Amino acid sequence: MKVRVRYFASIREALGAGETLDLPAGATVALARAALIERGGAHAAALAHGKALRHALDQVLCDESARLAEGAELAFFPPVTGG
Amino acid sequence: MAAPRVTIQTADFDLGAEVAALRAGDPGVGAVASFVGTVRDRNGGQGVQAMELEHYPGMTEKAIEAMIDAALQRFDIRAARVIHRVGTLRPLDQIVLVAVTSAHRGTAFQACEFLMDYLKTQAPFWKKEHTPGGARWVDARVSDDAALARWGIVVGNAGPAP
Repeated sequence: MKVRVRYFASIREALGAGETLDLPAGATVALARAALIERGGAHAAALAHGKALRHALDQVLCDESARLAEGAELAFFPPVTGG
Repeated sequence: MAAPRVTIQTADFDLGAEVAALRAGDPGVGAVASFVGTVRDRNGGQGVQAMELEHYPGMTEKAIEAMIDAALQRFDIRAARVIHRVGTLRPLDQIVLVAVTSAHRGTAFQACEFLMDYLKTQAPFWKKEHTPGGARWVDARVSDDAALARWGIVVGNAGPAP
């Protein structure tokens, strides 16, 4: 299945605004992150485990166990700093 | 059409006009509490020349709408309004407005603070400061997570996820 990945703030600066990711059906956010890290280079650095990272699934904050569906919008970004 | 509750904009805002609109036609209002956040010229001991505000269009509005729904459920308030600016801002500029109306002052103060605490840790905005030493992304603060925890809402924005 294909999901649309979006990046914001420092992660957007490192990886661009986003990309399409092909994943097995039923994949979780954690699996998507691992697949992106596996690409190495800038992806491995920007999304490295242990780095403070927040994620949103279809524009709602979620944790790493959230399951993705075909056509989902998955966003990765650093902790938020508005207000 | 009802007035919008949430607006994300590059333009400045007028506190007086927003408060007037929020309480217009509601004689049940006995209190208005508001908060305006502004750009400081210093942060972490360094001068700040400008600040860039980035957000996640679509998610930002949905997240803040949900926060206002939560405030309306939790507190006996009449209405709430949130405006957040994005783009390039400079010291002295206004960044954010939260305004709340209620029958009595206690709930207006509380709901205003609740909304700000919520927004700081759950709305997808990011600040980048421009200083004489270069540009840097602002770090999230654990103290902001703690502020929201006072309302019984435990999140891991700056700190590890709960």
